[in-house]
Amino acid sequence: MSDAPGEAPPIERTDCVPLLSVRNLERIYRLGEQTIHALRPLNLDIHQGDFIAIAGPSGSGKSTLLQLLGLVDSPTAGEVRVRSRVAQDLGQEQRAALRLRTLGFVFQAFNLLQMLTARQNVEIALALAGFPRRKRRARAEELLSAVGLAERLEHRPLQLSGGERQRVAIARALANEPDVILADEPTGNLDSQTGREIVNLLEDLNRAGQTIVMVTHNLEIARRAGRLFLMRDGRIDEVDPGDPRSLD
Amino acid sequence: MSVFDSLRIAVRAIVANRLRSLLTLLGLVIGVSSVIALIAVGQGTQKGVSDQIRGLGTDLIFIEPSAAATTQQGAGALTTTTLTQADALAIAANGNPAIQAVSAHITGETQAIAGANNVGAESVFTSSNYAEVRDLEIALGSFIAPSHDDAGSLVAVLGSRVAETLYPGIDPIGQEIRLSFLAGRVVFAFTVIGVVREVGGAADANDQVFVPITGLANRFRFLYTPTGDLRVTQIDVQTTPGADTEEVKQQVSDLLLFRHNRSDPDFTIESQDDLLDAASEVANTLSILLGVIGGISLLVGGIGVMNIMLVSVTERTREIGIRRAVGATAGDIVNQFVTEALALSVLGGIIGIVIGVVASLLVDGQTVGDQEMTTVIQAWSIAAAFGVSAGVGLISGIYPAWRATVVDPIAALRNE
Repeated sequence: MSDAPGEAPPIERTDCVPLLSVRNLERIYRLGEQTIHALRPLNLDIHQGDFIAIAGPSGSGKSTLLQLLGLVDSPTAGEVRVRSRVAQDLGQEQRAALRLRTLGFVFQAFNLLQMLTARQNVEIALALAGFPRRKRRARAEELLSAVGLAERLEHRPLQLSGGERQRVAIARALANEPDVILADEPTGNLDSQTGREIVNLLEDLNRAGQTIVMVTHNLEIARRAGRLFLMRDGRIDEVDPGDPRSLD
Repeated sequence: MSVFDSLRIAVRAIVANRLRSLLTLLGLVIGVSSVIALIAVGQGTQKGVSDQIRGLGTDLIFIEPSAAATTQQGAGALTTTTLTQADALAIAANGNPAIQAVSAHITGETQAIAGANNVGAESVFTSSNYAEVRDLEIALGSFIAPSHDDAGSLVAVLGSRVAETLYPGIDPIGQEIRLSFLAGRVVFAFTVIGVVREVGGAADANDQVFVPITGLANRFRFLYTPTGDLRVTQIDVQTTPGADTEEVKQQVSDLLLFRHNRSDPDFTIESQDDLLDAASEVANTLSILLGVIGGISLLVGGIGVMNIMLVSVTERTREIGIRRAVGATAGDIVNQFVTEALALSVLGGIIGIVIGVVASLLVDGQTVGDQEMTTVIQAWSIAAAFGVSAGVGLISGIYPAWRATVVDPIAALRNE
């Protein structure tokens, strides 16, 4: 099903090897006696240039999938491949390096560091990647300008609106030119107007070639993605974003 | 990330949590400064005591009646002393080239009165050679002369503080001073003939009055033994510079045993070195005790840092999770927390050193009760206190840092 073509992506796929692929991925949580199948065995390929939305009610397993794709959680069975490398075979440090350079995170709660300014929040990712200080500053300003925050460089998160905070988070996610941006309910804490603006921004980025995987329970937003997947009880199905039945 | 990046982050975190950082610092500052100040007081006490003993003169041997012979106090003690002026003369007459001078004396608490002024002073009944043996210098007039010894004159030489108190702004030479003995039952008048130059340290000589022993003996018949010898409470023997004091002690002891016709001594004989050893042993114990107290407060301060860092790890789970998700390695996180703990403890160490040194300097020369405080700041105590605080900081950073690495980034990032 992962090969089923959705709407034609805005940019031709240049690479046959998926950026991220998931094979027979399974995640089971054990809470005492209880066993929760957060993910039934599932397969998914994410190619260069994809804008993928994963939608579903809460508890359907979409966040679990995103965390597995982001290498911050480990599967019970199956594997996650980053390009052709199997994530589970990598050590802690290598996975941290992959997160740093090939994955960019955007969270519902923004997860900015409160004591740092917008620019410093972006610089953290650059500093971790070993950018020298001066380059870091210039690059952070460039990234923040690109998301429309050129006037907000020295503001702290508390001085920014929700939409602005999410833009800082997106700039941070883009800092090290990741292969894929993983966005977990990026509009969840925003009003609908601001949420649409954030999706516009993500669309712009995708048009420029950025691969994006977005998890959301908001179908209106989900349908703006190039490919739409619906999740329910740990299973995933690709649907046509243009098909009104996908609203069910 | 470079060291500077880590340091910048650490400083930011410290500043962001001002109150918490301040309280942590406080523990370390108190620890470090108390180590430095307490060791300075301990060392100062040691120096003060040895200065006091050295201030008694140079190359001295002190002979006193043994405890068994002086079970009584006051005038009663005098009647039981086993030492006499004849003993002192015999030691001097022995012709031992290692002995330079011998002086005997009796001391007693007296009240010194001049006109409307009076002061408690220790009277030293002695002879003309006392000044030489005890290295006393004369500021005004002269010390007791041999002629005063012979005549039994009622003259007095004052310690500097006694002179200042009794004769403020007046030349004391030629003035009358009255000394009251036995709680005022006996009062004698003396003529002041000299004032001793002020002696440094906490020396007794400043509070003493020196009068010829012969003048007193003529008036107190009980000072004589049945055989007509003059009783004394102490004999000072000054050895020739470079002489073997242990050998001189042995010779003097043998002579006194022979004269007293005894096989076991009824006197104690101690050199200045013996006193110094005993005193520095006491002062050393005090130093160690104070150092340990300071060390304990430093340890408590260190535990405070560890506590704060642990709380901070729990409090900052989210921050750690964000950093991990963005791509920080476990090493980066350890680095951050250790740097933060180190920065705190080094800062605490520096502030503690400043406060400890300033406190030591302020206490130096102050009088507490009637004790003048001396402090000696030791470079090693500064180095040790700083080293311990930095080390404590490092250790108390490592454990929380390790805890930080096992923070589950997912748990940390769970939407609130």
